[in-house]
Amino acid sequence: MAEYLRRLPSSDVGFARRRSLWSVIRIDPWLLLGLILLVGVGLGVLNSAVDGSAAAIRRQSAYLGLGFLVMFVAAQIPIYRYSRLAPWFYLLGMIALSLVLVIGVGAKGAQRWLSLGGFRFQPSEIMKLAVPLTVAWYLAKRTLPPSPKYVAAAVVLMAMPAVLIFLQPDLGTAILVAVSGFFVLFLAGLSWRYIASALALILVSIWPMWHFVMKEYQRQRVLTLLDPESDRLGAGWNIIQSKTAIGSGGWDGKGYMQGTQTLLDFLPESHTDFIIAVLAEEHGLQGVMGLLCLYGFIVARGFWISYSATTTYGRLVGASITLTFFVYIFVNMGMVAGILPVVGVPLPLVSAGGTSIVTLLAGFGILMAVSQDKSPVN
Amino acid sequence: MADRNVLKDPGREARLFSDRLIVATVICFALASLLFIRYYYLQIEAYATYATQADQNRLQTQPLPPRRGLIRDSNGLLIAANEPSFLLSIVVERTGGLDDVLNDIGKIIELSDEDLEAFQKRRPSTRPYAPVPLKFRISEEERARLAVNSYRLPGVVIEAQLQRQYPLNTLFAHAVGYVGRINERELQSLPERLYEGTFHIGKTGIEKFYEDALLGSVGVQTVETDARGRIMRVVDKAPPVPGSDLDLYLDSDLQLAAANALEGSRGALVALDTQTGGVLALYSSPSFDPNAFVNGISFADYAALRDSKDVPLFNRALQGQYPPGSTVKPAIALAGLHLGLVTPETTVPDPGWYKIPGDDRRYRDWVLRIRGTGHAPRVDMHMAIAESCDVYFYDLAREMTVDRMHDFLSPFYLGQKTGIDTTNERTGVLPSTEWKRQNRGAAWYPGETLSVGIGQGYMLATPLQLALMTSIIANRGHAFLPRLVERINGELQEGERVELEAINDSYWDSVVKGMEAVVHERSGTAFAMSRGLSYRVAGKTGTAQVIGIAQDEEYNEDEIAERHRNHGLFIAFAPADKPTIALAVIVENGGGSSAAVPVAKAVLEAWMAKQSRADEAVTRNG
Repeated sequence: MAEYLRRLPSSDVGFARRRSLWSVIRIDPWLLLGLILLVGVGLGVLNSAVDGSAAAIRRQSAYLGLGFLVMFVAAQIPIYRYSRLAPWFYLLGMIALSLVLVIGVGAKGAQRWLSLGGFRFQPSEIMKLAVPLTVAWYLAKRTLPPSPKYVAAAVVLMAMPAVLIFLQPDLGTAILVAVSGFFVLFLAGLSWRYIASALALILVSIWPMWHFVMKEYQRQRVLTLLDPESDRLGAGWNIIQSKTAIGSGGWDGKGYMQGTQTLLDFLPESHTDFIIAVLAEEHGLQGVMGLLCLYGFIVARGFWISYSATTTYGRLVGASITLTFFVYIFVNMGMVAGILPVVGVPLPLVSAGGTSIVTLLAGFGILMAVSQDKSPVN
Repeated sequence: MADRNVLKDPGREARLFSDRLIVATVICFALASLLFIRYYYLQIEAYATYATQADQNRLQTQPLPPRRGLIRDSNGLLIAANEPSFLLSIVVERTGGLDDVLNDIGKIIELSDEDLEAFQKRRPSTRPYAPVPLKFRISEEERARLAVNSYRLPGVVIEAQLQRQYPLNTLFAHAVGYVGRINERELQSLPERLYEGTFHIGKTGIEKFYEDALLGSVGVQTVETDARGRIMRVVDKAPPVPGSDLDLYLDSDLQLAAANALEGSRGALVALDTQTGGVLALYSSPSFDPNAFVNGISFADYAALRDSKDVPLFNRALQGQYPPGSTVKPAIALAGLHLGLVTPETTVPDPGWYKIPGDDRRYRDWVLRIRGTGHAPRVDMHMAIAESCDVYFYDLAREMTVDRMHDFLSPFYLGQKTGIDTTNERTGVLPSTEWKRQNRGAAWYPGETLSVGIGQGYMLATPLQLALMTSIIANRGHAFLPRLVERINGELQEGERVELEAINDSYWDSVVKGMEAVVHERSGTAFAMSRGLSYRVAGKTGTAQVIGIAQDEEYNEDEIAERHRNHGLFIAFAPADKPTIALAVIVENGGGSSAAVPVAKAVLEAWMAKQSRADEAVTRNG
């Protein structure tokens, strides 16, 4: 038998044997390649944004190291275990979110952090993963497409943390958390009728939202987006400067570490939320296209993994994580380019920042776990 | 529950998921395309716009204001200098809350309401990101206190700049004028580029007339700044060209002599160099301190100057239009000779008054009140000038008629501007029948001709015009028009000549002899002046009526209020045979020429003393 197999090296069985190396460590090589390339590019751009500050690069590298570690660990857990753990994870997150409102710490009038023995973390970040995992756990047990009752229950599951996060207040994260849950619903086959009604509801609720729910600074962000020139030196400054940085990059950019907008401090938040402007200024549209391709590759791989998954739970979790990842990219690049309001969304795996990197890579760890979700039956 | 009865169908669920994944993929692709289009638009379509904007962000063009030209007197003494001072400005866009910053500054140094008001007025006319001046001339101590607090005063800039200063204070206020801050109206009309970084402009006098030369041209530097406005490096620099220095004919020694002599009275003196037309002295009393105007005079101070009964801001030397009185007699005598109406020997009977044939009105001579009779039974030209006989000139004027008088005196620049190189010169009035028809809409009366014959009536002249007339007589028919500035940046400025039509030398002799008699003959009206003179002076006194005296009414100096007393005038040139200086003096309400003569003497003495010192030096060195 062994002899026979050796004579058919290109057969499916032989291929399976070669892949087994990655299977042993439960890692998807293409996804890992994409992430490593992305992280490498990201560190390079960040190095320019912080003007070669070694301390900033060290800190980012440490977070990335921690993130990859979390990813490897997360990848080792079989996907069905996530299904069991999800509700507890969710419950823990809800408690933490409630605590944040009571004893949280924060800045600029928002309470977002929980301090645990000197270690500060943002419970809302946990929810970015907990919500899709939990909604998927809930729906995967049902017959799909979900009936109205289960849809309603799923909506409640994603709405509760969203409301708590909104109260902090952090509208951007609240929407992203809700959206990550919605993706699961959508992928689970939510009726188009509901989707259409939801969209209609959103449109109708814009007016009361604007007047009764949104805070002044949130309204300001939207107004500034619509007309940045109205407040050139206040809220409009960021957008005008980031558009200037991007536009002045042209096709081939001003060269690495040569972006004047960045170096002369005109570009605000250049190492965090607005880092895409640094890339665009220094490497031009070429650089932007390169980064988009890299992201596109990762997203495509994520979709492929989800498509190849054998369990409904694996599919739903994998695809929703991938979709959420894409939404981060779109929202960040869109806001910096002035087509979306400025919400605090970092550019995934490129912007400096601890929690978001660890959360994102933990998500990719789960995606890796999904990639191992193959039964020989398939 | 319905769905519990439905068995899960893995194949159906997988197909459903695949469909949704395809939809999701399409949506992702569409959104990614949207991003691409947006970045393509920003980076390719709108590249030029944003590239320019980035450069404008990075590169700031800063004006380098030029140094204003200096003004020196003929001794090389600085009349208008530039002293370094500190200027507190605010870049409003960088304060992040203007009111807070202004409040904080107010706690650190004193800010007057006027400073703040002026600041707010200046704001709208300033480019974005350009500093708006808040307070000029802050002291060294204030600067230090601001510097210590600079960390909490964003957008506050302290710059060293040169500022106009007039070291001689009141002495040259009317002669040189002053600069002041550029006001809003001026800002509208100024060529903006030239005045970038310059906050002052000539407002009056030489400072205004020679503004273009004094200003220089602005330099420019391109600097790279960061978002906080800190200069990272200078990319490009074109230094400013300093303004041209002006050397004046004005002599502070003469000026000081005039100022001292006019101290406490209202009046003016203009002295001209007969060889060049250069204005040696030009003083109007009372004067004021031009330094007060440089940074905007306070309203109260200005009101005090404006409302003073002595009108110190009024430049009597150029703007004051006075009846020249008898000072015009030498020129009229010359006209009589030249027109053949009289000879030096012609005599006129003088009972102390004059009557036009067919008119009962008596035109009185000034001596009638004193002596009860005329100067002499018959008066000739020499006596008429020396003793200032009115009757002689009544008769001459009547024969001459006003229009011939006008035509002869016109080339002396009476009734027209001399074109001196400063501001605010007035024209005076040289009347004629045509003039009266146009300005008064009435016909000329023969009696009015008599008034003009003794420099009264409609006739008005500025002290400058009288000085020029004197200079023309001194040079016997020619002169240079008065000029204040001798050299611009060391380059001699050519003067403009006046030339009368040829007049017989003997006529000049007669008139000048008469004028010498005014000073040097016992009967001369300015004989008092001759005491101690080591040179001969030719002069002519004058008295100008301030209020009309009715026929046969007595003019009693003591009884008339000070402001209604007659103006005293005096013109003179010296030395009489080889004149180097010609001058005119007026003392308002001086009562008579006796108030003006000492002023002239003081200036002549100062001048002649200098001349002899210069001669000695030449002799020694030669």
